[in-house]
Amino acid sequence: MAIDLKTVKHISKLARISVNDEKAKKLEKDLNLIFKWIEQLNELNTDKVEPLTSIAETTLRLRKDKILSENIRDEILKNSPNDNKDYFVVPKVLE
Amino acid sequence: MSNITDLSLNELVDNVKSKKISSKEITNAYVERSKKSNKLNTYIEQTFDSAIKNSEKFDKSPNLEKKLPGIPFAVKDLFCTKGIKTTASSKILENFIPTYESTITQNLWDAGAILLGKLNCDEFAMGSSNETSYFGNVISPISDNLVPGGSSGGSASALAAKLTPATIGTDTGGSIRQPASFTGTVGLKPTYGSCSRYGIVAFASSLDQAGPMTRNVKDCSLLLEVMSSFDHKDSTSVDFKRPNYCLDLNKNIKGKKIGIPKEYRVDGMPKEIDKLWEKGKEYLKDCGAEIVDISLPHTNYALPTYYIVAPAEASSNLARYDGVKYGLRADGENLIDMYEKTRSQGFGEEVKRRIMIGTYVLSSGYYDAYYLKAQKVRKLIKNDFDDVFKKVDAILTPSTPSSAFKVGEKSNDPVSMYLNDIFTVPVNLAGLPGISIPAGLDKNNYPLGLQIIGKPFDEQNILNIAYSMEEKINFKLNIKDWWIK
Repeated sequence: MAIDLKTVKHISKLARISVNDEKAKKLEKDLNLIFKWIEQLNELNTDKVEPLTSIAETTLRLRKDKILSENIRDEILKNSPNDNKDYFVVPKVLE
Repeated sequence: MSNITDLSLNELVDNVKSKKISSKEITNAYVERSKKSNKLNTYIEQTFDSAIKNSEKFDKSPNLEKKLPGIPFAVKDLFCTKGIKTTASSKILENFIPTYESTITQNLWDAGAILLGKLNCDEFAMGSSNETSYFGNVISPISDNLVPGGSSGGSASALAAKLTPATIGTDTGGSIRQPASFTGTVGLKPTYGSCSRYGIVAFASSLDQAGPMTRNVKDCSLLLEVMSSFDHKDSTSVDFKRPNYCLDLNKNIKGKKIGIPKEYRVDGMPKEIDKLWEKGKEYLKDCGAEIVDISLPHTNYALPTYYIVAPAEASSNLARYDGVKYGLRADGENLIDMYEKTRSQGFGEEVKRRIMIGTYVLSSGYYDAYYLKAQKVRKLIKNDFDDVFKKVDAILTPSTPSSAFKVGEKSNDPVSMYLNDIFTVPVNLAGLPGISIPAGLDKNNYPLGLQIIGKPFDEQNILNIAYSMEEKINFKLNIKDWWIK
């Protein structure tokens, strides 16, 4: 199935990546090329196949509920794009 | 004595242990050579001064019990290094300084190794030619304007140019084995769960594995021994008894059954690759192994499966780059606008393309048609391998369907670029170990590699097979220093 420009804009909205019209047209072309190629998977009948969800066939381990790193607030804030030393600051969300 | 940078990793270790060469002499030699390598564009970050200081520190009280005593290493810039910029070759992480260390690099430093710098790669490891890096293309030391492969292109190029005695890469669909093949070096992708993913910038978590890239098979086994460890910090790390890969390395492969999958003979593959593959079979027979014709019927579906699974996981992993806690932040009129502008400005074209593919295949109404379908085909691909491994001990294939190509040659056609990984991707989808070793040259004198695929956690076996073949192939990488300025 073909991906049209409207769909490209919708996906870019979902992916939170703004694209201008020129870029959207390029993406439309590329994505159609890629999905046309991907659709060869439809040749296979997989009705009775169980999906492979994880290559490691084990359940996740549990560990003791104890704190492994303490007092690392400054470290965590170190790479913040905003200068505030106490919080991550973002543009106003509520008016 | 010959030039320090001509020695293999194992030779360097032996020389340090017998006190014939100091860590500082080795580090100096690599720093000097690396300083002249700008033309190759392998380094994103150079830590030469601290490397030399660390080598002096090592020499003052050398611990010669270590596996990599005072050996300098440049590593792919996908591994987080505490206090040292880690970019994943992306603008969005251009100024990111991790406050923690990846387990793999920590294992290296614990073994006595010293950081030389961080190496260029495809942005977020998404690429097969190192042309998607925000920091520019990497050039192969083999020829001007030739790509080193990708995504561990900086690692392969630095290794082949002898800017580092050995290095580490990551492999999601072939990102260690394909560049190793393109540059005449050895690269191994371990079994999923063998090497910790903690602190590696995530691309596709069910496929990503770190692995060694070296000049020969013995070095590869030594480095794997250091890298592979059980790690509580990686929930998919597997707790198994790890052999001493280097100590146990041997050439006794008599009676081993090696499978030759007919599906790996693809249209348009250069004759030289077919010839090398045939030669490989002869070498194995000479070593006493038995050649068995096998079939992996779903091979052709591996790449399209990969291009659903990997982008889907990537779109979810890369959702964290939103300009809030770290990384680039663009100004926006409101929060959503800030997200959209940050991600639009911070990611390169290929990364955006893959996030878009992933978002689409996971979006409402398309999940079953694409993502679920791909997971089912992935199961069929894994079943193919499970079936043949009842009959054979390992599989021999070419590493890539072609030799290295020129910069720009494939960058306008995403599908033709993706086809580079046709022989390596099935191994990631099935979580298996695979090693690429140099096997010969094509008509342009560009290297070509052969790949040996093993059963899960059977790295020792494929290393032994590679070690036996390496002796017979006797490949010599003859790289001129044309790039030294």
